[in-house]
Amino acid sequence: MRSQKLHLRTRLNGEDTEFLCEARQTLLEVLREDLGQTGTKEGCSTGDCGSCSVILDGRVVCSCLVMAAEIDGRNVETVEGLADGDHLHPLQRKFLEHAALQCGICTPGFLVAARALIDRNPDPTEEEVRYHLAGNLCRCTGYDKIVRAVLDAAAEMRSN
Amino acid sequence: MSERNGDETPREYRVIGTRPIRHDGIDKVTGRAVYGADVTLSGLLHGKVVRSPHAHARILSIDTTKASALPGVKAVVTGADFPTAEDHDEKIGEGTTNPRYLSENILAHEKVLYHGHAVAAVAATTPHLAEEAARLVEVQYEVLPPVLEVQAAMASGAPILHPDLRTKDGSGTSPDGETNVAQVHRFELGDVDAGFAEADEIVERTFDTAMVHQGYIEPHNAVAQVNPDGQATVWCSTQGPFDVRHLCSEVLGMPLSQIRVVPAEIGGGFGGKTTVYLEPLAVLLSRKSGNPVKLVMSRAEVLQATGPTSGSHIKIKMGATKDGTLTAMDAWLAYEAGAYPGSPVQMGAMCMSAPFDLENLRIAAYDVCVNRPKTAAYRAPGASNAAFATETVVDELARKIGMDPIDFRLKNAAKEGTRMAPGNKHRRVGCVELLTAARDCPHASTPVGEAEGPKKRGRGFATGFWVNAGLQSSAILSINPDGTASLVTGSPDIGGTRTSCAMMAAEELGIPVEKVRPNVADTDSIGYTDVTGGSRVTMATGLAVHDAAQDVKRQLCERAARTWKCPEDEVRFEDGGVVSLANEGERLELAEIAKKAIRTGGPIVGRATVNAQKNTGSAFGGLLVDVEVDTETGRVDVTRCTVFQDVGKAIHPSYVEGQMQGGAVQGLGWALNEEYVYDDEGHLQNDGFLDYRMPVALDLPMIDPVIIEVANPAHPYGVRGVGEVSIVAPPAAVANAIADATGVRMEDLPMSPPRILKALHELA
Repeated sequence: MRSQKLHLRTRLNGEDTEFLCEARQTLLEVLREDLGQTGTKEGCSTGDCGSCSVILDGRVVCSCLVMAAEIDGRNVETVEGLADGDHLHPLQRKFLEHAALQCGICTPGFLVAARALIDRNPDPTEEEVRYHLAGNLCRCTGYDKIVRAVLDAAAEMRSN
Repeated sequence: MSERNGDETPREYRVIGTRPIRHDGIDKVTGRAVYGADVTLSGLLHGKVVRSPHAHARILSIDTTKASALPGVKAVVTGADFPTAEDHDEKIGEGTTNPRYLSENILAHEKVLYHGHAVAAVAATTPHLAEEAARLVEVQYEVLPPVLEVQAAMASGAPILHPDLRTKDGSGTSPDGETNVAQVHRFELGDVDAGFAEADEIVERTFDTAMVHQGYIEPHNAVAQVNPDGQATVWCSTQGPFDVRHLCSEVLGMPLSQIRVVPAEIGGGFGGKTTVYLEPLAVLLSRKSGNPVKLVMSRAEVLQATGPTSGSHIKIKMGATKDGTLTAMDAWLAYEAGAYPGSPVQMGAMCMSAPFDLENLRIAAYDVCVNRPKTAAYRAPGASNAAFATETVVDELARKIGMDPIDFRLKNAAKEGTRMAPGNKHRRVGCVELLTAARDCPHASTPVGEAEGPKKRGRGFATGFWVNAGLQSSAILSINPDGTASLVTGSPDIGGTRTSCAMMAAEELGIPVEKVRPNVADTDSIGYTDVTGGSRVTMATGLAVHDAAQDVKRQLCERAARTWKCPEDEVRFEDGGVVSLANEGERLELAEIAKKAIRTGGPIVGRATVNAQKNTGSAFGGLLVDVEVDTETGRVDVTRCTVFQDVGKAIHPSYVEGQMQGGAVQGLGWALNEEYVYDDEGHLQNDGFLDYRMPVALDLPMIDPVIIEVANPAHPYGVRGVGEVSIVAPPAAVANAIADATGVRMEDLPMSPPRILKALHELA
């Protein structure tokens, strides 16, 4: 069989990680199929739904639009890296308290995107939250409780 | 069956009505929850479906030689691999399914009937290899002319999808009986002509609504493993694992007992995951290859070949007297069924007049096949289209006679005993309470205000009605030795129902909800349970849970009586323990009885099964919405939104609000943006989320929910179905707001900028 695989090194959720991939594989595929990190979800694979959002060197990207080969030597953070051991990230806790998820398939993407927002802007307005999360589709909630959860998490993080 | 709370005396609850953290929450915020596409098995192969590029064509040949020869390809299947499914109506879950049509929809046999219709499937060692192999399957077609709109499909000489189809009420549309009209439903009450003669004002309009998709974020998926003894296990994203079992059995000719369906976590469904597409293909590919096979759709496949709900063409005429009494309604509806019969037009017809006390009405409703994907259920199927017509015409009538539209609705509101279109009567319903709440809410009394420049503001209101499916559910409630409980049901949890069911168990057992662990089981591990659909889980599965808890309490009383060596009628279950009626102060806590169960007769396991047909609670919803219309661009912004719903009793108010808000926003998308766009040859032009434009966070304001609780007298907690009705009112409410802002009555959905501009231009 053909298939020359590439050998890559990346930092994934704080851990040095090595893997082999095909040139045609996306970061999303490698995360899910090869690294067993299925918390990152696939909703469209065209960069329109945000379910596969990950943080690449501090920026939110759709992992379905990033080729795996591009992440050599870079820093990737996924939903699996949000909690600190047994301590949920404030965003995770607030999503639960506000019932900001129904089916939950979009939740990892929203959490990752919201985390990137709060990292850069600890005191976002409702409008800024809505703008920043406009690349993430949720079909269940109508966004109301998601926006409230993000605002509340940001407020709690500011007060700590 | 337990006693039902027949009166409306409010009961004091400890758990019900509170807002606990959902039991599956941590799994879902950490990425640990296992959805269908996350399932993996040893030796797993990946499949890919080959789909038709044509909307209507005869399959001349399928050559799989090259695909099969590709290294790494393990199986290829075509329609020829399906046994011939029986041509009959099979009662499955919420409705009827014809296994022959279902089988042909899963893989086309002789003809393809829509762009994206499946014609073959392959399984290979990697997803990329499967894609390559799918491209190597060679299909020869004889392209036929397609028909895409209901009016064209009903015209004489129209291309015919199914030469053997005959209209169910007997009338064909061509001399030899060939037709695309699968069925006609008719309802008539009173004397319609006399009703119109009585009217002082009459409004007559014609509406067209576009086909729209459920838009669940998780694409369809299925993993199947067939063992050499023929036993199959299917993991999939479904609202109804027992339906998947039944449908696979029908189309594959396998006994039910050979199929086990494991419902994975489900990433949204809204009705669209109540049928099968990939599951039988995965079974066939696994049987042929000897390995487990996973199939996952792309977003384009989801939009081309699953879901959607019908576009429609509706003519309606309604009349009212000057004092604001509705006198008559005459309606004609035609809904796109898609490629095979079965649009929700009958439900649309049944619900369209339900908010009103209308003595005289006549409705004719047509189910019409067109070269589009076979429609599937979508949240209150059929009701939003029809309500768009009724509720905008009612608004217009009210304004014509100079009445406030909410007062007008109140004057004509449906009450207990009001007849609906099919002649059956409303039970206790909350229509009046809902309208009163809408009239009196802060939003209604706040001025809508003026916008700047070319923008105009307006406010609109509409109501909606939807029924509640009863159907069958099972529940098993096991008491653990530590005094906790395990709850098992067969209802996939699509929006927090694990927790609402656990709350009911906790309420009955008198233990904290955190001590109940709710699980959704596979088809071999729980009794038959119908779909998560028809807004039925908290109502019907909740009823089974309630009844299972009564069974547990009965057993706890037996055990206590045995411990105390007294007759069972001398003990009673009270606040999480059993008390002695003979010796005051003597009490055994649930945990104590559980701990000693080994000595008093073994495990304590309660069970219940229900057919909840008589326990259903229909629901009214309403939406009050403010819009800002940019008269230069045609863009409509929703600036304020209050959603009302009679929920009977909110078990977990946060998740009830979630249903109201989510349904309202789906309805706003339907109203303003979403539509299937086909070219003249029937190619879907917008099969991605970029061009099939669903609402995003930035499009919306907060959605204020107002919960109204008019108890369902047929349910122990008064629960009504809450999942669906919130989608019914929004298109009409937005149209009424646009009319308030601009004077334009919109007759087409979606009310997208080009349509708004055209309507404004015509008005000027």
